[in-house]
Amino acid sequence: MSGGRPATGARRGGGNATSSRRDFLRGAGAFTVTLAAGVTLMAYGETPAAARQPGEPVTSKQRWGLLIDVSRCGDGCTACVTACAEENGWKQGGNPLTDAQWIRKVTIRNPKNGVTRSAPVMCQHCADPPCVDVCPTGASFKRADGIVLVDKHTCIGCRYCMLACPYKARSFVHEPLQDQKPYAPRGKGTVESCTMCVHRVDTGRIPACVEACSATGNGAMLFGDLNDPGSEISKRVAQYPTSQIRADLGLDPGVRYRNL
Amino acid sequence: MQRTVYTELRPGIGFASLLALLGAAIAAGLGAALYMEKYGHIVTGMNNQIAWGLPHVFAVFLIVSASGVLNVASLASVFERAAYKPLARLSGLLAIALLAGGLAVLVLDLGRPDRLIVAMTTYNFKSIFAWNIFLYTGFMAIVAGYLFVQMSRGMERYVKPVGWLAFVWRLALTTGTGSIFGWLVARQGYDAAIMAPLFVAMSLSFGLAVFILFVLVTCAAAGREFGADLLVRLARLLGIFAGAVLYFTAVQHLTALYAAEHGGVERFILLDGGLYTGLFWGGQVVLGGLLPMALVYLPATGRSRIAVLFASVLVVLGGLAQIYVIIIGGQAYPLVLFPGMEESSSFQDGVVASYMPSLPELLLGLGGVALALTIAVIGMRVLRFLPATLGDAADEPRRERAASAGS
Repeated sequence: MSGGRPATGARRGGGNATSSRRDFLRGAGAFTVTLAAGVTLMAYGETPAAARQPGEPVTSKQRWGLLIDVSRCGDGCTACVTACAEENGWKQGGNPLTDAQWIRKVTIRNPKNGVTRSAPVMCQHCADPPCVDVCPTGASFKRADGIVLVDKHTCIGCRYCMLACPYKARSFVHEPLQDQKPYAPRGKGTVESCTMCVHRVDTGRIPACVEACSATGNGAMLFGDLNDPGSEISKRVAQYPTSQIRADLGLDPGVRYRNL
Repeated sequence: MQRTVYTELRPGIGFASLLALLGAAIAAGLGAALYMEKYGHIVTGMNNQIAWGLPHVFAVFLIVSASGVLNVASLASVFERAAYKPLARLSGLLAIALLAGGLAVLVLDLGRPDRLIVAMTTYNFKSIFAWNIFLYTGFMAIVAGYLFVQMSRGMERYVKPVGWLAFVWRLALTTGTGSIFGWLVARQGYDAAIMAPLFVAMSLSFGLAVFILFVLVTCAAAGREFGADLLVRLARLLGIFAGAVLYFTAVQHLTALYAAEHGGVERFILLDGGLYTGLFWGGQVVLGGLLPMALVYLPATGRSRIAVLFASVLVVLGGLAQIYVIIIGGQAYPLVLFPGMEESSSFQDGVVASYMPSLPELLLGLGGVALALTIAVIGMRVLRFLPATLGDAADEPRRERAASAGS
């Protein structure tokens, strides 16, 4: 039943948000979206990220991922972007060409029929990340649980990863920094990108962008363990057709899109 | 039997002035690097869309030329062309000098040049960049050894095997440099195996042009003879190499044009890319390829020293244009996230990226060139790299010997 619907939805304009929400509610049996943001969070939460004890190693039992339902993503809404900037301290300084952007809203327009979509794009946390392949020092690395990060101590600032990333997800720190967040260290002359809020995930919380998206009521973003068949994200990925950006490259991104 | 006599450059006012000028250029380059280091790359024209800028154009040019200037030594040792043997030492010296200049630019442009030690001690061997660190340092060591066996008495029997090693290594080096771009799967303008042989051809051409320029100017300045026959040989070789670059460039673009997915970037580079289209056709193809080929092959100009000098300058300028188009043009064309769709964002998605090279970038690049020249000039001053004469008369008995040895 759901097979043809997303494709139809992709051709429709933004007015289908309500109907697809209804479908979702009926299909998933989750009425949480209409509830208060906090309750929504708890419902979405399902302890998506079980907190690791200090010293406990990251394992490949989990593969953290995101599912973004583009039909629910508000056109002018940038709650995820603002939340990420606040959380990780990369607020823009007025230099659009050089300011970091860990997450951005990309407007996609089909030139043939004018259909427009808007979707957040950030590090796609590939299973085979080109940035990790090309990094000469190994500063770009992938954790066992699929989160792709930059070790700010071994990044020499060569920017080869920026050329290699198919998603333009990486930024170079062009200027001296102030007011850094202790849990999200940055460094002038090094490269950075979305960390999937690893500092939150490791303590059992969900990424700031997902939390903010839920708070708006749109509920377009879902975080969870793609390796756990019982997780909400796995269930939905199994239930609905989803896509990956530049899937042709075979990088198997951990960020999936629905209704793109 | 006539021996080639090598002598050091003589000191003098001219030599001292040249060193002072080069020293000033190096100081300016270092100053630019310090300025970039202090204030960050915000003071350059580079940004999050054009992450590699003018310093990389200079660095890549110097690095591929470093491999190419070794042509003359390879011709002498590997291909046993005796006419080139007197120039083999100088060829090796220039190879080391140009590579040092290129690497200096590359390192000083890093976001964290202070972490060079990290780059030298922490490796990800899946990265072609990490391989290149070994290819570059290995090249320096091998060419230094090559020079040692050429310049030491009793080491003659090692010249050919070490020459072979250097020859194979330099091909690997330029293959590695081309693969920096060829292995970038994400970018429409790169991601092509032909980048490797293209860069090999570029190195042969640019390196030989740099060599001809350097040796002609040095001989003129030092008052040493340079034979017309030798010049014609070098010039015709340059014509072949310039043609090879055009050939690989043509194959690169024709192949890309055949794939619909590359239509956008090809249209950008070849047709409506503004500066990049102009640099491609005007700079690389006409001024850097067809015109120098005409100059060295047409009977009217083929034996003219000025024409050959001019052809070499054109190949160098065309080479810089070509690398600019590859590096900057390849990044300026927007990354395609959603094929067939129009994209827009606050992060310059879907738009051609703007880039204006800044003065610090230019000074850093020129500083690298100055460093390479300084190493070469000081090398010629302290060691015997340059033959006392490169006149055709000095070359004649050698050619006869080579002919009789071959028969």
